[in-house]
Amino acid sequence: MRGHGWKWLLCTPALIVLVLAASGPLLIVAVYSFLSPGNMGGVVWEFSLEAWFRVFFRRDIFEPDQVAWNTAHLQVFWRSIWLSLQTTFICAFLGFPTAWFIATRPRHTRTIWLFLITIPFWTNLLIRTFAIQEMIRNNGTINAVLIWTGVIDSPIQMMFSEFAVLLGMAYVFLPLMVLPLYAAMEKMDFSLVEAGYDLYASRLNVLWHIILPQVKPGFIAGSILVFIPAIGAYVTPRILGGGRTMMLGNLIALQFGQGRNWPLGAALALLMLVMVVGALIFYLRVVGRSDGVRRG
Amino acid sequence: MKKLTGWASAALLSSTALASAEGVVNLYNWGNYTNPEILERFTAETGIEVTLTDFDSNDTALARIRQGGHGFDIVVPSDTYIDTWVSEGLIQPLDREIVTNLGNIAPQWVDVPFDPGREYTVPWAWGTTGVIVDTSVYSGDVNNIELIIDPPAELQGRINVIPEMSDVMAMTIYYHGGERCTTDQDTLRAVRDTLMSAKPHWLALDYGAVDSYAAGDFAAGIYWNGASMRVRLQNDNFVYGYPATGYPIWMDNAAVLSDAPNPENAMKFINFVLQPEIAALISNFARYSNGVTGSEEFMDEEMRDAPEINVPAEQAEAGRWGQACPQDVNNIHTQIWTELMQ
Repeated sequence: MRGHGWKWLLCTPALIVLVLAASGPLLIVAVYSFLSPGNMGGVVWEFSLEAWFRVFFRRDIFEPDQVAWNTAHLQVFWRSIWLSLQTTFICAFLGFPTAWFIATRPRHTRTIWLFLITIPFWTNLLIRTFAIQEMIRNNGTINAVLIWTGVIDSPIQMMFSEFAVLLGMAYVFLPLMVLPLYAAMEKMDFSLVEAGYDLYASRLNVLWHIILPQVKPGFIAGSILVFIPAIGAYVTPRILGGGRTMMLGNLIALQFGQGRNWPLGAALALLMLVMVVGALIFYLRVVGRSDGVRRG
Repeated sequence: MKKLTGWASAALLSSTALASAEGVVNLYNWGNYTNPEILERFTAETGIEVTLTDFDSNDTALARIRQGGHGFDIVVPSDTYIDTWVSEGLIQPLDREIVTNLGNIAPQWVDVPFDPGREYTVPWAWGTTGVIVDTSVYSGDVNNIELIIDPPAELQGRINVIPEMSDVMAMTIYYHGGERCTTDQDTLRAVRDTLMSAKPHWLALDYGAVDSYAAGDFAAGIYWNGASMRVRLQNDNFVYGYPATGYPIWMDNAAVLSDAPNPENAMKFINFVLQPEIAALISNFARYSNGVTGSEEFMDEEMRDAPEINVPAEQAEAGRWGQACPQDVNNIHTQIWTELMQ
């Protein structure tokens, strides 16, 4: 087609913003990770690989000659990834029936259901997290009701546990899974489902071979939208988990704050970015190889 | 936070544009720390408009001022950071022609180690970090850090510790008889081991916990004195203790920036807050002491004789100033802290 040449120019303003606002700071982070920490924060312009060394290795605090893997950092990384994976899985598990329910409503009521899904976004994340805390704390709503009805005698410790963190994460990220799933289901060809039943496919077969392949793009989009912000989640684990253990976000913040080691913070942040991009590419390669239904 | 800063700088710009004849003064202070009544009274008295911008940590404030082009006149950093502000030439000496109220500073806060003779800074507010205990759960002596780092059975699993590396490290180092920035291997090893064995007994490491204590989620913790008072006002089972082995004292101090656009107005403002009546407004808002003689009589009644605010004479000895440790020592602290929180 002709005209493509100048149409491409239309996206230059957006590209310029992206390059300046995304690559610029990223480049600074990359450069900082190869410098030495300054006095009381900041950096001094001396090339050093110390930050990257410290990301992976640890000199024993008391025997500086002994070098070992930095298991503390690795464990924090793994905790963040594991939490994100669990969150993504829970959101997918809960989001699929929800999206299905909405997509199968009559056209005019779907908007209302979608509207209801977006309600949590109206309130600040921090406030929603504190609301959850109000419900699950020892003398919170749930425990009060359970004690009042005589189901339990003493409050169940729900706050400051992994359960609390997962509950909060799933609640926060669920809409990000439901919306793309719904978008995929809405476009789904329901006559294929009928055709499947006509050909004596079992319910499971219909789900597995007809529905899931069609909503796969929704799953992929939803998983990406949930997994990536979940890796950097900071507020929810801190408040509901009680901050007993660090998340990646806390570890990075520590280096820029009281740790006063900006190069190490920069290196950790970059590594997180590389991991997210890596996970994304891997995911798209493996899961997203075929796009949607195979049409023969 | 970013949004907030954005709004604040928008406010700053607009108020600069609308400046009255007497001009403006731009105050850069901790969030939720400045009593708006102080600003109103200053403007009413002098005609100078005040703009207020928040920061959330000493590191943020330092990083922002170092960049330059900030347009602020006054900053309020903590004691451990003053040395850096002075040695990097970021703040200027007080103009004693204008700041004539320096004599109002309480004698014990004049010759402080971070600014002997008060050449650069004046006290804004000060406090302590200690332990808070629910006496309905534990009835022994509360002036004891062991309640947190080697807790008795009744407190185990019900402890909250503020996630402040410097405070927690300091109190544990003092407990083992070390100096704040000690490089002694045996002491640091003991500190690490103590913290590692204490951690399983901690339920949470949480900042904003006033209501969590009052509601009974926590029975003890490492906490600040002002916040502990707020807990006690909600639930009078709680008592604040000053660990006998040593506890940190901190003080935030107002200073005029070297590149302040309105240095004269800034000096006037600093002089203004050194009046007992005005300093009391700081305390009534932030719930911490202020360091100005005679301000007590203008404080809210509940603060005037609060045991959290007025350090009992027997416990005063154990209070120690903080210190910013050299980078290699700080690296060890960060490493212990990371191991603790991994």
